[in-house]
Amino acid sequence: MSQLALVIDLNVCVGCHACVTSCKEWNTNGWAGPMTDQNPYGESPSGTFFNRVQTFEIGQYPNTETVHFPKSCLHCEEPPCVPVCPTGASYKRKEDGIVLVDYDKCIGCKYCSWACPYGARELDAEQKVMKKCTLCVDRIYDEKLPERERRPACVLACPTNARLFGDVHDPDSTVSVAIREQGGYALMPEWGTKPANHYLPRRKTRITLHKDELERVDNPLKKEGLAKADDSRQTLDDTTSW
Amino acid sequence: MHPALSVILLTTLIGVGQGLFLALYTGQVYSLIQLIPMQESQRFYANGAAVSLAFLIAGLIASFFHLGRPERAWRSATRWRTSWLSREVIVLPIMMALVFTYAVIHYFGWTQPLFTLPGDMPIDASLIVGALGTLAAFALFLSTGMIYASIRFLQEWASPLTVINYTLLGGASGFTLAAAFSAYLGLDLVGFFGWWAVVLTLAAAVTRISSLIRNRRLKHKSNLQTAIGVRHNRIQQKAQGAMGGSFNTREFFHHRGPGAMAFMRLAFLILVFPVPIALLASAWFSHSEYLALAAFAVQYIGLLAERWYFFADAQHPQNLYYQTVS
Repeated sequence: MSQLALVIDLNVCVGCHACVTSCKEWNTNGWAGPMTDQNPYGESPSGTFFNRVQTFEIGQYPNTETVHFPKSCLHCEEPPCVPVCPTGASYKRKEDGIVLVDYDKCIGCKYCSWACPYGARELDAEQKVMKKCTLCVDRIYDEKLPERERRPACVLACPTNARLFGDVHDPDSTVSVAIREQGGYALMPEWGTKPANHYLPRRKTRITLHKDELERVDNPLKKEGLAKADDSRQTLDDTTSW
Repeated sequence: MHPALSVILLTTLIGVGQGLFLALYTGQVYSLIQLIPMQESQRFYANGAAVSLAFLIAGLIASFFHLGRPERAWRSATRWRTSWLSREVIVLPIMMALVFTYAVIHYFGWTQPLFTLPGDMPIDASLIVGALGTLAAFALFLSTGMIYASIRFLQEWASPLTVINYTLLGGASGFTLAAAFSAYLGLDLVGFFGWWAVVLTLAAAVTRISSLIRNRRLKHKSNLQTAIGVRHNRIQQKAQGAMGGSFNTREFFHHRGPGAMAFMRLAFLILVFPVPIALLASAWFSHSEYLALAAFAVQYIGLLAERWYFFADAQHPQNLYYQTVS
């Protein structure tokens, strides 16, 4: 069985919110829409989003680092939100592992949102049904679209390619390789929800240099006792091209 | 969590209804084995069951205000295999039907013995329906409590104490109402129901205070480090992705300060436990129906505060993602 998922690379996410707007644009017009807004141009706008980008500051000045953190439904392999649904409106697809809500069955009791530790579900304030990321189920299988566009809207929109999409059960998929080789991790592993979405950590490229690597050990001038501890003098390296 | 008035009313009202029915049936069983005098079928049991049914119906009506799409509520009975909410939705109407049947049997006086148990105990239809109603009442307490206790992320709720508290607090308020009801009818049962009410109230005090102590000592499993997966002791949120709030900030926060929490806790600790006990005791001594009614009214108001605190006290792990607006 396949399990579609996103892998989000926190190392390259710049927090531009392109995934947020692209998600809203696609989904509010599509199968999962509308995603209603309240007071969108007013003082405190509010609305339904499947995806939000949050920002966290790690450490204390001056040793700080800003982490932009895109957050959406993780399409858990053990979704705690599904069994609590009293109507069966909330379900996990067997064929690809996407967790979906049937808007025609949802009674808006909000119980599934209580049962999600990640806060990934939002009740639409106007339609009064629970909404969440669909992994763009209406576009990833759409054969009218060119094949490269059969991916979630957020993935297509990301300018830094911080969002990867694929089957995490296929060991050779891009996402599985990324998780395996670049330290992909799941959020709140303590609850055993087995999120399908993974995050790639911030990674630093560092090189460790030792003193003997900076000094030529086989400098021929050393043999003749000409090389002294005076660093200001020219060495053979400075004058010849070997 | 945000304490929704609809759920506060639902859980407290059906608790009273269930408790009152348990009290009536306890009274009937006691009179069957001749520990207390037999009461008039119509005046006491039928009217009492009608009052119990009224509370159950009021709770059901309140529950509809919690739903975004109440017209689809019938669908919620379908997933009883996995969802405690679905089980509650099934058990509540069963309970109501049994209480209604119990009231009808007593109203029309269909209490001729169907058969007699050894020891000269005549068993009539109301006793059988009442026994089923008692089972339904306990099943309903279990379902209501498990709706909250089964969410393991809400560690304040994920404990058997939640179910026990719902049962004992519902039972206590129901027996207090039974004492008030018999005082109102001028029956000599205030002592009987009053003593049961005091015992249940004291038991509920022990378990509710236990859960307060448990929750104070609770260590939350999730923290900001596991929430975003960054191992650093100092992480500060700088933006939550929305400026004007969202469902996540409305549903999972009570937006009140620690002062309001302390006030509500003190209010329910006083109004649910010592005051009703004192009022019931003085009602028993003074034979005043008003004091017994006041005991119920005070305890019910206290239960509203108790339920408010129950919801507000629970810290949902999703709140870790919503600490700072910007």
